[in-house]
Parts: sequence; structure tokens; C-alpha cells
Amino acid sequence: MSALPRRRALIRLGGILATAGTAVLMARYSQAEDPIGRVIEIEARRFRYSPNEIIVKQGEVVILTFRAVDFTHGFSVPDLNVRVDLIAGQITPVRLQPITVGRFPFLCDNFCGDGHEEMHGTLTVEA
Amino acid sequence: MDRRNFLNLAALGGGAVFVSSLPGCANLGATGKAANADFYFVQLSDVHWGYQGPANPDASVTLGKAVVAVNALAVQPDFVVFTGDLTHTTDDPIERRRRLREFRQIVADLKVKDVRFMPGEHDASLDRGAAFMEFFGATHYTFDHKGVHFIALDNVSDPGAKIGDEQLAWLEADLAKLDKAAPIVILTHRPLFDLAPKWDWATRDGAKAMQILMPYQNVTVFYGHIHQENHQMTGHIAHHSAKSLIFPLPAPGSQEKRTPLPWDPATPYKGLGFREVATSPQTAACTLNEFGLERS
Repeated sequence: MSALPRRRALIRLGGILATAGTAVLMARYSQAEDPIGRVIEIEARRFRYSPNEIIVKQGEVVILTFRAVDFTHGFSVPDLNVRVDLIAGQITPVRLQPITVGRFPFLCDNFCGDGHEEMHGTLTVEA
Repeated sequence: MDRRNFLNLAALGGGAVFVSSLPGCANLGATGKAANADFYFVQLSDVHWGYQGPANPDASVTLGKAVVAVNALAVQPDFVVFTGDLTHTTDDPIERRRRLREFRQIVADLKVKDVRFMPGEHDASLDRGAAFMEFFGATHYTFDHKGVHFIALDNVSDPGAKIGDEQLAWLEADLAKLDKAAPIVILTHRPLFDLAPKWDWATRDGAKAMQILMPYQNVTVFYGHIHQENHQMTGHIAHHSAKSLIFPLPAPGSQEKRTPLPWDPATPYKGLGFREVATSPQTAACTLNEFGLERS
């Protein structure tokens, strides 16, 4: 996806960004031309996220840009109180600014079939 | 059946663990229905009929063993309930129905003919319960038995593990008919509280259900999903999960992945089983008797 369509997708879908928790600061959604942070594209497909190991720096603003190809998967990081539905066929951005160092498991929490239990990954926040 | 007979029944179980007066077992008394007799029912869960894999190389006969074990109980229960995941999931609607049909045929051999069924996510999440309902009817319902009010809650037909506002309103309306001291048993598949969200062991709107239930003094929840016994409290409400009949899973959140515990040929069926639940509207008793399938 080129930069412009991606920005449009962010604007169109910004209203469904994940909820903020105590361990993560969610940058406010804005249509202004402010820097949007590093984009990490992630494909959600039964029964795998690609990539499923995500490494970010503490305090870094990142946009996890999910593309769910075959199902409305979930993206849930329970330890960070973040979850969002990844609508099939759409781009779903999740903007994060992690403030806590650690390894945080994430998973699909919408039952998607035989293999659903294997659909998970790890968000690593480095100092 | 009185408490003494139930204890005798436990002894006949051949080493069954007898668990008495579990913390938080609901007080089933003070209902003004003294004429109601003690009784017990059997809870079976997580059969996953159709599963094929190394975690249970005997999957094709495990359910049959459970049926034989229940039929061998010295005193037959008043009824049997399956708390979900009757079948292992499949994308194929025809295969899903074949598995449900085979499951139904096998459990038809239970001596007890009063059998209640509930869906798990493996049965219902991919078609929002359509196939399950063709075979077993509604996915949420109530019934009364000897003074105890049973409520089967569906937290699996929505693939997002939600009960949903409509069903929550139905629950609230049903409870509104009851005295606050009425004995209430909730049957469901997933835990209604956040047991291990990182393993998807939760109900997304379970807190709403608990809020609705909290004013009622005598509520006990029985569920499945996690393939092992677990006993927890939410305030005065006790939650008891059941063993599975396919493979055990690790303790909640105890490791990174919720992979099944490996099958041990030296101790086949270890960790699998079912439970009896004795309820006494008169004596404030809620007694669980756990049976391991390896002993049957």
C-alpha cells in the first residue's frame, strides 16, 4: 500500500482504534498532518499473524497496520488492555506508544476455526 | 438421595476425590421450598468429538468410556449436562453435522434420559449456533429441578465470546422473577470472569453477567472450556470448571502457550473425567465429586 492510501485508511478507520490501557499511551487520532509514527504491517490470516513477533522501542509511536484477509480476527494484548476487531478485507490501524518494557503476548480472541488456539504472538517493548 | 448416600456413592467411585464444602459453594437453603429433595446431576464437558491428534490417540473411544462410567454409577443422577464443545470444530458444515449426529448417537446410550446440552465455541462459533440448534435446540435456556433454578448461558455462539446485550436482558428478566435467596445454578461454557485472557479464557462481557447475578445470594456457576478443574470466587459466587473428555490443558496462564498436556501411554486418560454435583435445597450443601476417567 502506498503512503497516501495508507493515510486515507488511517483516517477512515481511526475511530476504531484500540482502547487505551494503563501500560500503553494511545496517541490521539487526528486528521492533522502530524507524524504518524513507524508503520508495522501485519497480516492476520487463519491461524497466524505475520509477523507474530513485534519489537518496538519504549516510548516509540508505532502504527500496527493489520490486514485481515479471511476472517474478522481479533487482536488482543490483555496485559496492555488493548483489543480490536480486525475486520476481514479492511485495513485496521492500531496506534500504540508503549511505555512499559517487557514481553506482552497477544492473541486472536475471535474464534476462527481449528487452529484458533495457535493464533498468537508477542509484542516486545525494548528499553 | 441424602448426603450419606452421596458419600457412599463417592466411595464406590474407586478412589474418586471427594470434595466437600468447597469455599463459596452456594447456600442452597432458605428458599422456603422445604419440600424439595436433595439430588445430584452429572456434568460432562469438552468432548471434542471428531478431534484427531496426538493429545488423545484414543479419541474415538473416550466418549464411549465416559458413557459407560456414568452408567456404572451406583445411583443414577437426576440428569446429565454437557457444558459445551460436544464436537471439535470444522469448517465443513456437513462434517459439523455429522459429528453432532454421532455425538448424539453415542450419548443416547446413557441410562439417564434427561440430558441437557450446551454449545462450546467449537460447536457454535463458526455458524453462530445454527447446526447445534438443529440437533439440540436453544443455546440458552432455563429449567427448574426440585427447587433449584438452572440457567444455561451461551457465551460461544458469538465468535467474540460475548453473551450479548439481548441475552443479558433475557437473563435479567428471568432473574427478576426469583427471590434473591433462590438457589440458582448457572451452566455455561467459558468462564464468566477473566481467568486467563491471554489464553482466551474469559467472556468478553462476562462482567455484565456477574453484575446482574451479584444481587442473588445463592448462585453457583459450572463451566468447561479450560479442560481441568478450577475453583474460584467472584464475591459470594463460586465458579467451578470441569475436566474434559479429550485432553487436559495446563494450569491457567502457567506457560506461554495453552498447548494440551501430552498423552502418556503409561497413564492413559489421566486428567480426563467428569463430576457429580449434589445439591440440597434444604441443607445449604453443594458437593462436588470428581471422577477420573482413567479409573473407569
